[in-house]
Amino acid sequence: MSSDIAGATSSADAPAPGGRIRRPRRAASLRLDRPVRRTWRQELRRDWRLYSFLVLPLIFFAVFRYLPILGNVVAFRRFRPGSSIFGDEWVGLYYVRMFIQDPSFWSAFWNTVVLGLLTLVVVFPLPIILALMLNELRSARFKRLVQTVSYLPHFMSIVIVAGMIFQLTAMKGTFNQIITGLGGDAIAFFQDPSWFRPIYLTSEVWQTVGWGTILYLAALTTIDGQLYEAARIDGANRWRQTWHITLPGIRPTMIVLLILNIGSFMAVGFEKVLLLQNPVIYSTADVISTYLYRVGIVSNSVSYATAIGLFEALIGLTLILSANAISKRTVGASLW
Amino acid sequence: MVTDVTTTSPDLAGPTKPVAVVGRGVRPKDGKGYTAFRVVNATLLLLMCAVVLYPFVNIVAQAFSSEGHINAGQVNLVPRGFNLTTFKVVLSDDMFWTNYKNTVVYTVVGTVIAMALTTTYAYALSKKHLKGRTFFIGIAVLTMFFNGGLIPNYVLITTLGFKDTIWAIVLPNAISVFNLLVMKSFFENFPDELEEAAAIDGMSTYGVFFRIVLPLSKAVLATMVLFYAVAFWNSWFSAYLYMTDAANYPVTVYLRNLMAGVTTGTSITGGQLDNMTQIASNVQSVTMLLTVLPIVCLYPFIQRYFVSGVMLGAVKQ
Repeated sequence: MSSDIAGATSSADAPAPGGRIRRPRRAASLRLDRPVRRTWRQELRRDWRLYSFLVLPLIFFAVFRYLPILGNVVAFRRFRPGSSIFGDEWVGLYYVRMFIQDPSFWSAFWNTVVLGLLTLVVVFPLPIILALMLNELRSARFKRLVQTVSYLPHFMSIVIVAGMIFQLTAMKGTFNQIITGLGGDAIAFFQDPSWFRPIYLTSEVWQTVGWGTILYLAALTTIDGQLYEAARIDGANRWRQTWHITLPGIRPTMIVLLILNIGSFMAVGFEKVLLLQNPVIYSTADVISTYLYRVGIVSNSVSYATAIGLFEALIGLTLILSANAISKRTVGASLW
Repeated sequence: MVTDVTTTSPDLAGPTKPVAVVGRGVRPKDGKGYTAFRVVNATLLLLMCAVVLYPFVNIVAQAFSSEGHINAGQVNLVPRGFNLTTFKVVLSDDMFWTNYKNTVVYTVVGTVIAMALTTTYAYALSKKHLKGRTFFIGIAVLTMFFNGGLIPNYVLITTLGFKDTIWAIVLPNAISVFNLLVMKSFFENFPDELEEAAAIDGMSTYGVFFRIVLPLSKAVLATMVLFYAVAFWNSWFSAYLYMTDAANYPVTVYLRNLMAGVTTGTSITGGQLDNMTQIASNVQSVTMLLTVLPIVCLYPFIQRYFVSGVMLGAVKQ
């Protein structure tokens, strides 16, 4: 675009002091090509129908998304049943001090960290491996079959998944049949805290590994086939092709998903843990979110639980921001 | 605007040549190692399919088996002691039907509200000339990274008096920002010429949206409906949190309470069978089967819509 047109429109961008726009003479001929910036009043008059589409969704966001965010001030205020959602009076850091001195909170905190780390280490790489395996299949039909089957668990309600876990780990369930078949003693999986993490991780893999491949498979299709040709001519075998072409090709996807995973690290599958846990195995199965559920909803300590929730959210935010910053600095990829 | 029409005529200047023609067909001979790898790879993938499907098969097998065989640990892949009594017991439980009906109602109402809000907001945001567009997008995207958390949400819903009403379930989940962004990018790619032609013919924005844009967006609308419907069908926690009356539970909470050993069903405890504990795990399998049935039956047909929806969302972000 020529520079004089750009100059004309940029002067039209700046609203005149009177609130009205003084349109340069030349703008009349440009009107069809680029919209001239107008005041809110003019925009509303022209586009009011379009703006009317925004009203209900904006009310939705204000009430159900932003009001609860503001509601977090309850963490620093006393809340009594029947008071407004913002609580009654300021109490400063009373509730923060309270959870810092609460051993149950710290037990839940470390459980969350361990479970989150294990999930990241075990669950994150598996979809990549599965996508690479699928990528090596030559029969499109077989590939589609495997994909269809492996996506299925993603569509199951978490209640169903929990039900399956209980069924398979029951005293007479499949796992125990195998164990007793091999000559071992049946295990009461949900009476023993040491079994919670393996069960949680296994079910997490079962549920997410297939669906997790979608984005990688999409990234794989964008890799230029000529790169493989060239590598083959240079004598690279399959492993070297995978290492030097395929993996770098899906690296941006890997990084973005890794950052997102790190961001949701503290929010380990709350609903699943809530369904699976019982008091006998709290020592490994109680995480921050389930602890604050019990404190806030079951025992009604609203302010205390809000303080814990706020702390958890701040950790999550810090994690995602720092992961993003590190990745931006080191590999040049980031979420925004 | 008239001049634009000529530019949209198909450009035949550059027929794309099949570049990769050399590579096709003359696939280089695989080494022995690679052939072995392919066999192992295919076997592992088949094994994975079996592992993924096993829990489903196990549910079906248990649902049709007698409790005696289940408790003896004999039921894996095929039903033992085939019987349908448990089906009769579950299906004759009024509470099961009430809750199943609730699930359907919550799913339908929730999806309708969600679609109304998501499509209108996405359509408005897709208009590049909309003043304040960046701000309105930002409002939505920000909520992907910040949310109020469990307790403030709970206090809000309670204060609004939504407890034990359908609104506690359908309203707080009315817009999924991910779906919103998918729709927005779809509408952004909608051909301007069509909308402009309709506007020149005297249609208002409403007319263009309802009579031109929506009818031509059926595929993406179907995808969004599926996304929302499956989410509402599967959800249990909001109902568990906000419903105190068992008659308001969806079937997922009914199932959850069965698993937790809380008996909600009146007729099951009402003594239809003498021995309540005898049928516990069997009832659970049957209920699970009946809950997943609609999704598993629809799944083969709807799966590709989900995949395309996710792709559309991912590519555009």
